Formats: sequence, structure tokens, C-alpha cells
Amino acid sequence: MQNAYFQNYIPVILMLLVVVALAGAMLALSWILGERKPSRAKLSAYECGIQPTGDARQRFSVKFYLVAMIFILFDVEVIFLFPWAVIYRELKWFGFVEMLLFILLVGAGFAYVWKKGALDWTNADTGDST
Amino acid sequence: MTTTVLLFTLLKVIVIVFVVLTAVAYAVWFERKVVARLQSRWGPTRVGPHGLLQPLADAIKLLTKEDITPANVFRLVYFLAPALSVITALLAFAAIPFGPVTLVGGVDLFQIANLDIGVLYILSISSMGVYGIALAGWSSNSKYALLGGLRSSAQMISYALAAGLSLVGVLLLSGSLNLRDIVNAQAGATWGFIPHWNIFPQLLGFFCFLTAAIAQTNRLPFDLPEAESELVAGYHTEYSSMKFAMFFMAEYANMLTVSCMVTLLFLGGWHGPVFGPALLQTMLPLLWFSLKVLALLFLYIWIRGTLPRFRYDQLMAFGWKFLFPLALVNVLLTSLIVAYRAD
Repeated sequence: MQNAYFQNYIPVILMLLVVVALAGAMLALSWILGERKPSRAKLSAYECGIQPTGDARQRFSVKFYLVAMIFILFDVEVIFLFPWAVIYRELKWFGFVEMLLFILLVGAGFAYVWKKGALDWTNADTGDST
Repeated sequence: MTTTVLLFTLLKVIVIVFVVLTAVAYAVWFERKVVARLQSRWGPTRVGPHGLLQPLADAIKLLTKEDITPANVFRLVYFLAPALSVITALLAFAAIPFGPVTLVGGVDLFQIANLDIGVLYILSISSMGVYGIALAGWSSNSKYALLGGLRSSAQMISYALAAGLSLVGVLLLSGSLNLRDIVNAQAGATWGFIPHWNIFPQLLGFFCFLTAAIAQTNRLPFDLPEAESELVAGYHTEYSSMKFAMFFMAEYANMLTVSCMVTLLFLGGWHGPVFGPALLQTMLPLLWFSLKVLALLFLYIWIRGTLPRFRYDQLMAFGWKFLFPLALVNVLLTSLIVAYRAD
């Protein structure tokens, strides 16, 4: 039984091999077929035609980290709904009440995040949008 | 698994990958044609009749273009990123059934792997695509690319949340994560002409999923990661030749995946009127499936040709403050109705 279950995934692994080979072939072919006439200006980073100033890897808005963290929290909660939804017909009203409590908790967390302004992309100090 | 079955499966995988790649190439042609007509132009007309050989010409051109690797990039990641995008975009097709079970020599012709967790598999593989874009933006060492990559990551994960949540309604109705079971649950029709498609009881979920999916694939009106008026070309600014084309292919493959997903989950998959001789009966489901996918692709392009781009703060607010609560309400409503009906 266990074996039969994992046999389902053999075609997926075959596909992974095919697709990886394909991506590798595309990279290699364009490397081999394309001509190469490098020059200093051509190899510099594109910055609207002027000399690039400094390195691109600088600090960026902390908002991006915040969104990532909130995403992880809520995504775990969304995934928790999936198995519940699949067996929902057997759970009936019991399942409904249980999940209502859970969703209310998620909703409370969501309301808190919203109220705290974590979902706003406007800079509170200057009023500028980031 | 015997060696014959294994070889046959490998052959099937190669054929399906080839078909998907061809479909991707012609999706580009289709988009250029439709957008051109929406803007009173003709689009590609020179290569072949109606420009039908244009994708082939583009492929040859892109392969033979100079492959520029800018001086300050992080080489390993810079090469890995486009490959990662294409691999995840194509791998998502492994769980998609294109038609009913058609066994030849013990191998199902129209699906690569019938996974019990098909929906989860596609959601997880397609959200891996964000790595390709984020790594491309970071490794390029260009300001535009970095900003595009960051924006894209934030946007994709925000809308992945809404997309996942809006599918819960469908799961409540069908009680399975297997795509084949979900499609089979939509067979038949009420009064002989209203099909049992999930779009009717799940109109809200359909709207949420489609919107979130358009945002997740970085298409207009949500194409902020490559907003050319502010970010040049976003995360693939520094990419040229085939590596640029790989990002392009990944984007169109993702569009196809989303269209297939919407067809399977909301539009009844391959179900449609089936009649005629035996051969026609096996081919008609494939035709219905392709037509539905094509209609959704047209919708994608129509939206692109019609709507202007969002501003970034509007985009994030729309995803978090509108779609997410709406999908949550949809889950509550659907579960209430299903529980009431089960009584």
C-alpha cells in the first residue's frame, strides 16, 4: 500500500528530470550559439544610460520583511483549513462550530494587524507612499 | 513499475512537455494578435500565414542573440534563476488532467501523475516560482532588478494567500484534493442544461481565485514587478538572449497553469456534450478542456488590453484588505450552506 502510494510520484520525478535537462539545454545552447562582443559599457548594470552609482544591494524598506512574516502566519492558518474542508461533510455542524471559533481567532488577529497599520504601504511620517 | 511502463511514462512526459511548450509559444502569438486587434493594429503578419511561424522565428532569434552576463552579477544565482522559473512553471503541469482516464498499456494518456493532493501540489510548485524572480532580482546587482524582484516577492506571497483561501470553498463542495475527483464531482446538469460547475455555487470564490491568480502571475493590471514606466523591465532588466526568454516562457506557462486550474476547479474541466463515434467521444473532452482554457487565456489578454496598472500601495491594499477578507467570508458562507444541506 505504502509502495503503491509513492509510485504515483515516479512520473513527477521523471518530469523533473526532463524539465531540468530542458532548462540546462536552453542555457547551454544560448551560451554556445550566441556571439560575444563584450565591452565595459555593455557589461555594466543598466541605469538609464548613465554611469551606475554604487552597489545595488543596499538597504530596502522593512515593509517587505513585515509582509513576509504576516504571510507566513496567515498561510499556516489557511493551510490548516484544507484538511478540514476535505472531511467537512462528515463533521457537519460540529466541524462548522469548531472552525467558526478558529476563523474568529484568525479574524481577530487579522483585525489587529490591520489596526496596527502593518498592511498600509503609506509612510506614516511623511505621508509618502513607498 | 516495469521497465516498459517506465519507458512509456517517460515518453508521455516528453510529449506533454513538448505540447505545453508549443502551447506557451502560441499563447505569446495569441496575445500579440489579440492585443494588436484591441489597439487597432495587425500584430505579427510577416512570418507565415497570419504570422503563425512567428514563435519559431522568435525562438531562433533569441537563441542566437548575444548572451550578456553583466560584470557585477552573482554568477551562479544569475544562471540558476531563469532555470528555476522555467522548471517550476513546467513542473506544475504534472498533476493537471487534460481529459478523462484513457489507459493505454497501463498508462493514463491525459495526465502525468494522478496525485491525491493535486491541488496542494500545484499551489506549492507554482508558489516556488517566486524564488526564480526574487533570486533574479537580487543576483543582477541592478537597482531596477532588485526593486522589481522585491515587489514581486511581496506581491506573489500576498496573493498566494488569497488564492489558497478562495479554493477552500471548492474543497468544501467536492470533499477532495484530487483534481480528477473535483472534476468528476461537477459532472451532469440541472434540468438538463445548467451544468453542475463549481462556478455557480462558488461565484465569490471564482472571482477571488481568478483575481489572485492574475496577480500571482504578475499580469496586468497587477504587473508592478515589471512596470516598464518606472522599473525599466523589473527583475529581468539585466537578462538577455535565452535567459530572458526563459522568464518569458515561465510567465506564459504560469498563465496556462492558472487557466487549467480555473477550468478544472470552477468550469467543470473536460465535461461537455459528448456524442458521435468512439474516436470522437475520446477526443471531445480534450476539445472542451482546450476551449475553456483558451477562453480564459482570452480573458487574461482582454483584461491586459483594457485595464490600467495599479499603484503599488493600492495593489497591496487590494490583496490584503479586500480579497483576503472576501475569501474568508466565502469560506464561512459555503461551510454554512454545506452543513445546512448535509442535515
